[in-house]
Amino acid sequence: MVNTILKTKNVKLKYGDFEALHGIDLDFNQNEITALIGPSGCGKSTYLRCLNRMNDLIDGVTVTGDFDFQGADVYADDYDIVDLRKQIGMVFQQPNPFPMSIYDNVVYGLRVAGVRDKATLDEAAQTSLKQAAIWDEVKNKLDQSALALSGGQQQRVCIARALAVSPDIILLDEPTSALDPHSSRQIEATLLQLKEKYTIITVTHNLQQAARIADKTAFFLSGDLIEAADTKQIFMNPEHKETSDFITGRFG
Amino acid sequence: MNAKRYDKLATGLLYTIAGIVVLILLLLLGFIIIRGLPQLSWSFLTTPSRAFTAGGGIGIQLFNSIYLLILTMLISMPIALGASIYLNEYAKPGKVTSIIRTMIEILSSLPSVVVGLFGFLLFVVQFGLSFSILSGALALTVFNLPLLTRSIEDALKSISNDQRNGGLALGISKWETVTKIILPAAVPSIVSGLILSAGRVFGEAAALIYTAGQSAPALNFANWNPFDIDSPLNPMRPAETLAVHIWKINSEGIMPDSSAVSAGAAAVLIIVVLIFNLLARWIGRLLFKRLTAGS
Repeated sequence: MVNTILKTKNVKLKYGDFEALHGIDLDFNQNEITALIGPSGCGKSTYLRCLNRMNDLIDGVTVTGDFDFQGADVYADDYDIVDLRKQIGMVFQQPNPFPMSIYDNVVYGLRVAGVRDKATLDEAAQTSLKQAAIWDEVKNKLDQSALALSGGQQQRVCIARALAVSPDIILLDEPTSALDPHSSRQIEATLLQLKEKYTIITVTHNLQQAARIADKTAFFLSGDLIEAADTKQIFMNPEHKETSDFITGRFG
Repeated sequence: MNAKRYDKLATGLLYTIAGIVVLILLLLLGFIIIRGLPQLSWSFLTTPSRAFTAGGGIGIQLFNSIYLLILTMLISMPIALGASIYLNEYAKPGKVTSIIRTMIEILSSLPSVVVGLFGFLLFVVQFGLSFSILSGALALTVFNLPLLTRSIEDALKSISNDQRNGGLALGISKWETVTKIILPAAVPSIVSGLILSAGRVFGEAAALIYTAGQSAPALNFANWNPFDIDSPLNPMRPAETLAVHIWKINSEGIMPDSSAVSAGAAAVLIIVVLIFNLLARWIGRLLFKRLTAGS
């Protein structure tokens, strides 16, 4: 029985007078990977950033629509945005570890949340780094700078950092586009393991990647959601002509 | 002439220009240090100056310069830090922000003698602080604030936005992101900027002539009660600094060894400023290593 964890309905986003999203209806199932695909500028990243309200940081942006996250409206006036971002974590395109040690990076969110107990922090660091499939590579140098790691390792430390505050959903904004193919594959393998425990929503430019890891795929075009379905159906038997044109590389 | 030869010519020209700059600096430093170094001795650095007879030192002036520098930094650092955090992290682009920025630009281009006269009218006369270290420190704060704000703002600006987003996406509030992620990451360049501006403050004379005064009353280095008039720590006493002292003995010094004292004092000033510059690099690098766990 699949459980819907996040429902969005009629999501519209405006930069000033320019409407970038024209009413997106999309639901996300628990413990599944959903991939958002589409050509550059189609609004997939913008939509992703609506989900943890990162667009609030940009001046002149207005977001409307219904967001139902486990029964709560995340855009309600009294909804705690800081709390939301603890439950919906995010990993960015560029690995962005903080300029501090690997250990400090991972336990950062917990420390700020007031956790001081060394044993709790140690355990959280170890669990998160293991879940992000980087524990074996860094377990002997936890006190070294995260900046000294390779790009792929940095990205997995960033995933571990997001996991440490135990979110329900992890948003990934093109997490592998700044990485080499080998590191990308490692991140993909990591994501496949993570969906056992978390719900994953990822934006990707890489169609093969979407086909390899996603349970559901949603195709965006010019601020509209063209179609969303099981990945297999999107790739083998899409309903809309635009989707099949995009999948087969006729544009985008 | 083809492109390759133009390229060689331009490269050669640029090297020559750079060489001239270095040469001027070396000549200047060499002249001051070679002339001043023979005058330096422990007693020159520690004894008070003499107005009419030979053999005076610069002890009190040196202490005044350092004390004034510390006071100035204590006053200007928190203000500059707050201003730059506001400008770089909180201010939204708009009229008010651009007016603030323009004002800071104008303030930073004010001639220091004008700052000195302004300090004289406001702090010395209006506030009744008279010629004192405090007046001098406040005038130097006016002089130093725009530069310090600018350098801290640049330090904050150099921290990538990915770091801010990373913090916010972790569910960390904006204030915590700024104070716990952005500021620590910027500390090395903030410290470098701080020490470099300390060098400028240390060598400043014009802004101090009418504020900290031109006399160096005798101090009792055994008395550290800041409320006593002969205590070195008293912020309300007039205090001639090293740079002001150099200016004064060159314009109206009547001691027989005035040129020797001036040469020695100039050498000390230059050496201290050089030390500040080297320290800025060294401490900046050290802090970066320390704070980023050695990358």
